[in-house]
Amino acid sequence: MEQGNTDTTIIGGGVVGLSVAFGLLKAGQSVTVLDGENADLRASQGNFGLTWLQGKGAHFAPYARWTKHAINLWPAFAQELQDMTGIDLAFQATGGYEFFTDNAEFDAFTADLAAQAKTLGDDFRYQTLTGDALRAALPGIGEQIVGATFCPHDGHVNPLRVLQALRVAVQRLGGVIIPNWKVHSISPHASGFKVHHATHAPRLTPHLILCAGLGSADLAPMLGFRTAIRPQKGELMITERIQDRLPFVSSTVRQVDEGGIQIGGTKADVGPDDRETTSKMKSLAQHAIAVWPTLKDVNVVRSWGALRVMTPDGYPVYARAPEMPAAQMITCHSGITLAPAHASTLVDWILNTQNAPDLKAFDDDRF
Amino acid sequence: MAKPDLIIIGAGPAGMAAAATAANGGLKVHLLDDQPAAGGQVYRNITRNQDRLTHLGPEYTKGIPLADALDHPNITHVAGAAVWRIDDTPTVWYSLHGKSHAIHADHVLIATGAQERPVPFAGWTLPGVMPAGAAQILMKSSDLLPKDAVLAGSGPLLYLIAVQMIEAGQPPVAMVETQTPQMMMRAVRHLPRALLDRQQIFKGLAMLRKIRAARIPRYTAAHSFKAQIQDDLLDFEFTSKGETHHLKCALVLSHQGIIPATHLTRSAGIPHKWHKAQQCWHPDHDTEGRTARPGLWVAGDSAGILGADAARAQGVITANAIICAVRGLRPSIASHVNAHAINHRNRAQAIRAFLDAAYAVPPEINTPPDDTILCRCEEITAGTIRQAIHDGATELRHLKTATRIGMGPCQGRQCDLSLTHMLAAQTQRPIATVGMPRARSPVRPVSLGEIAALEQTD
Amino acid sequence: MMTDSRFFRRENGTYDTVCLQIDGVQTHARATDTVAAALLAFGPAPTRTTGISQSPRTPFCMMGACFDCLVTIDGRPNQQACMITVQDGMCITHQAGFRPLEEPHDG
Repeated sequence: MEQGNTDTTIIGGGVVGLSVAFGLLKAGQSVTVLDGENADLRASQGNFGLTWLQGKGAHFAPYARWTKHAINLWPAFAQELQDMTGIDLAFQATGGYEFFTDNAEFDAFTADLAAQAKTLGDDFRYQTLTGDALRAALPGIGEQIVGATFCPHDGHVNPLRVLQALRVAVQRLGGVIIPNWKVHSISPHASGFKVHHATHAPRLTPHLILCAGLGSADLAPMLGFRTAIRPQKGELMITERIQDRLPFVSSTVRQVDEGGIQIGGTKADVGPDDRETTSKMKSLAQHAIAVWPTLKDVNVVRSWGALRVMTPDGYPVYARAPEMPAAQMITCHSGITLAPAHASTLVDWILNTQNAPDLKAFDDDRF
Repeated sequence: MAKPDLIIIGAGPAGMAAAATAANGGLKVHLLDDQPAAGGQVYRNITRNQDRLTHLGPEYTKGIPLADALDHPNITHVAGAAVWRIDDTPTVWYSLHGKSHAIHADHVLIATGAQERPVPFAGWTLPGVMPAGAAQILMKSSDLLPKDAVLAGSGPLLYLIAVQMIEAGQPPVAMVETQTPQMMMRAVRHLPRALLDRQQIFKGLAMLRKIRAARIPRYTAAHSFKAQIQDDLLDFEFTSKGETHHLKCALVLSHQGIIPATHLTRSAGIPHKWHKAQQCWHPDHDTEGRTARPGLWVAGDSAGILGADAARAQGVITANAIICAVRGLRPSIASHVNAHAINHRNRAQAIRAFLDAAYAVPPEINTPPDDTILCRCEEITAGTIRQAIHDGATELRHLKTATRIGMGPCQGRQCDLSLTHMLAAQTQRPIATVGMPRARSPVRPVSLGEIAALEQTD
Repeated sequence: MMTDSRFFRRENGTYDTVCLQIDGVQTHARATDTVAAALLAFGPAPTRTTGISQSPRTPFCMMGACFDCLVTIDGRPNQQACMITVQDGMCITHQAGFRPLEEPHDG
């Protein structure tokens, strides 16, 4: 058996696992990250790259506060990673729009933001704009847009570079990332946990954190967790690079720092199928043109599907295993937005320090 | 539009032969091709040139009867159609004159041919440096002959182009060949089988005689290519037999053989296998061209590099197998009908192992120096990739996400293979375990407006 | 400066021709030429510069597999010159860097 010689083993080498690893390493812990296989379903490689507050936790105050906390930490987090790795994360707190082509949806979302504002108080600012007011501010917006909301706290980042920077930073701080080590099963052991691979010798670890995204669906029950994790497919498209800049960031259409226009925002519960479909490609293209009609002549160079990691209520889970407090589960679908909190405040909860935040609202026992 | 029995993608030797065979067998065939006229790259523009371009040689005119046979009531030939997706049903999505269409058939034959193997070396992005096959396309399609050109690299096509240039009165400045005596030694054991196709061997020897008779300077065992701009011309530097040479020229036409074009087969979810002798990926298929995806077939060079004669034979073989499938006949019937074509294919195949070994890819093109660009679109150098591997990237997807290699408009067509080789070399793994990057639709760029206007979706 | 094309056009019987404008210069091409072939026959100048390092490029693979031949045709940027057949009156211009979002419309 391979004896683990690190304090903590993290299962999962995506944005969530690496953010936690980064935080633990800064707190002086030694960390091994077990990453899965090439063909695994990887949410961290398909996400949209938003650092987004508006609408989050409108009906669940702890989530609104937790997201706001992460958003506040983003500028310093981006700077820190950038200084350490030399990788430009292209983080920009530009403020962000939600665009609506349907009045009822616009009204419902406006009500959500009012609820969110009630929770967050003076910390939260937002605006609602009629279609015409929006077009006065952004003259390229299409006539089909009936209204929009704007939240100055929102922004975006290059998610692939966040992933890469975290990978580099973790290794620079002495963390070990083991690729192609897909965890097959987990069992309790006298000195902690025994982590099994289909062919390699098992590894022992005193402290285990499950951050395996969709991989946690099978592994979580082995530790007694109740959360049922399911995939939710989102489809995205990216266009050829454009030399001028789009004057806005939205949750469905944004220009990446390299110049391509990324379009996304679909949701489908279709199981573990990450293939792109023409029906969603069509609706994404129609939406992008509705928002900014001059996009119609721009070429799409790639489309893809990615699977979000969904809990039954859509909110994160931060939980210690029943009767095995040295095993924790961390799972969420907004790994980019929440990354700075996962790399700092959450570490106090993991290590149970005096500063540990109260995360009871996110426990596994709510299911 | 009535639903066809068979959709064929690509009107090269395999696609044209398959279309005629299937049409004669009573199938309604839809033939989609991205060029304005049938022929593929090997018989490019054949319908317009006929036998006007005699310097292109007798091999080229073999395309005439193939193209003529497309004039058949059962064949709908759609020229200028860029296929950008095949889904499971199977449905084929293509763009034509700015509008996208979807057509469905129970059987789809992918015969999209090959592309030239990308040969990254210092200066390969400069104006005046082109693949030799590109120059040959210009000869066939526009009667444009390269002036003051150096032919650099390896492979039968390099000699063919040299001869075509000589016959047309524009001989190359020099031939800079990468093959070594060791490669020829390794090839010798394949010679007895190659002799089954004596005709090809004689043709090859005749080409070499013509090149010698024209007194074209030849350098062999050449390596360390470098092109630079000097006084408006290209300065082509290389080392041959321990000596560094510089040639002044207007064009450097490089070539290291061809590889299957796999974007469509990969994006359609067909499994691929690494072919060691040809140093490239092949879509996995049986002898009749069946793939693991129901209804999807492959033939010709897109299934594995065997050349035009074999592609034509394979087109017939696969079409007959498809006829049996459509008519519900036992697959063994196809093998009887195919006896003649199988003979042809086997003869054309006979020389392949010899050619693969004699004109093997020199290992140095897989591990270019740090300052060499690998990804022409995103301008990513070999050094950037080595640094990313040093920083912990162990998989193709790490390298793509870390550097954007392969994420430009060509979608990796010019760098996938170099990247795969480099990762295998740096991490000391067999290339088959490194795998190939996933290809996603649209495999050809399509405008948002065109996608928004799709009349049918899945 | 090198002004002659790197290619020599073999005159071989009669062909239909079309008139083109390349970077403001009136010229002609065979009606069956691709735009990329017409550009290479016209002269040796770069037909685009890259968006990242502003490096000069000319058409490369001639078969749709490299996207180095991207030019602006009749005001439409990022057109794949090797996949498009010339047409009478076509106006082809050098493309500098990545495409602009809006096409310059002249009518």
